[in-house]
Amino acid sequence: MLFDLFITFAKIGVMTFGGGYAMLPILQRELVENKGWSTEEDLADYFAIGQCTPGIIAINTATFIGTKQKGIIGGIVASLGMVFPSLVIITLIATVLTTFSELEIVKHAFAGIRVAVCVLIFNSVLKLMKGAIKDYYALFIFIGIFLVALFTSVSTVWLIIASAIFGILINTLVKKKGDKTK
Amino acid sequence: MIYFSLFYEFFKAGLFAVGGGLATIPFMKEISIKTGWFTLSQLTDMIAVSESTPGPMGVNCATYVGYETAGILGGIIATLGLIAPSIIVIIIISKILEKFRNNKYVDAAFFGLRAASVALIADAGVSVAELTFIKTGSTVLEMINWQSIVLSAVILYFSRWCKPTKKLHPIVFIGFAALMGIIFSL
Repeated sequence: MLFDLFITFAKIGVMTFGGGYAMLPILQRELVENKGWSTEEDLADYFAIGQCTPGIIAINTATFIGTKQKGIIGGIVASLGMVFPSLVIITLIATVLTTFSELEIVKHAFAGIRVAVCVLIFNSVLKLMKGAIKDYYALFIFIGIFLVALFTSVSTVWLIIASAIFGILINTLVKKKGDKTK
Repeated sequence: MIYFSLFYEFFKAGLFAVGGGLATIPFMKEISIKTGWFTLSQLTDMIAVSESTPGPMGVNCATYVGYETAGILGGIIATLGLIAPSIIVIIIISKILEKFRNNKYVDAAFFGLRAASVALIADAGVSVAELTFIKTGSTVLEMINWQSIVLSAVILYFSRWCKPTKKLHPIVFIGFAALMGIIFSL
């Protein structure tokens, strides 16, 4: 199991290009669809927590899923798996090829990869929305946070905290009994 | 002791950088200015390489800086320093959550958090899209990167609607896009 965690996250590490968000489509495929270690909803929860806690999102998510599967050791092993490919690849590139990112072929390949990442994030967001936005209240929070994040530079941490407070207020004050809060 | 300082500096970056890998960059700058282990222009190169290699950007950057500063062991130690705070904090949070996950208020908070989380991911997607589809130009038409738009439409079709290909692993689309990027000099 531990070995499986390490290998799975190492695989995810190899297939991630860019930041933690670019990793989302790969996480959905590997963890939700292939391994069944997480649901779409849990994944959205992990990203929410990962965004307002210290550290980079990729590692936060790996630690979360590892811990859920195999306790503290699982969290550590999953994170080490996640960074393992970076350690190997970067060390190789730093030793052999310092001009790597200036190569024309690499530049073009990455221009292409960015296009794919855009489309894949779009697909991922639609998938996550199904689990996360089930009524108008959630839609309201989604649109509100999206617009604020897009047009202002308010720190993500505050947006996350505000959304948690909204969630509590809406569920305790607005929604009446019998109004299922799922 | 360079290894100890490396671990300490990156531990700090990991502890105080909240958000994605990009959030670690200001900390790397600070390390550069404070310690002189590497110059700012070296850092720019390292960020470029980190963005154009597999793996989360923040981790790549830490490995690179550590390697340039103190060799292979330096790379490993800087990376472990960066991820240590995440691992500690998340393990604690996940233990607390296990206890309170069914609490009414925690559940209500997650109702809001989940919607916000998806909104923030969508926002990050928009930022990548800006970089990808908009270039410099004097008119609106010139500013649109048409080749990228066409490629995105193709990928969108094959990854969402085309029955035989939509179940393919995301990495297949990434590989395809890289190849198209090279062929058409995107």
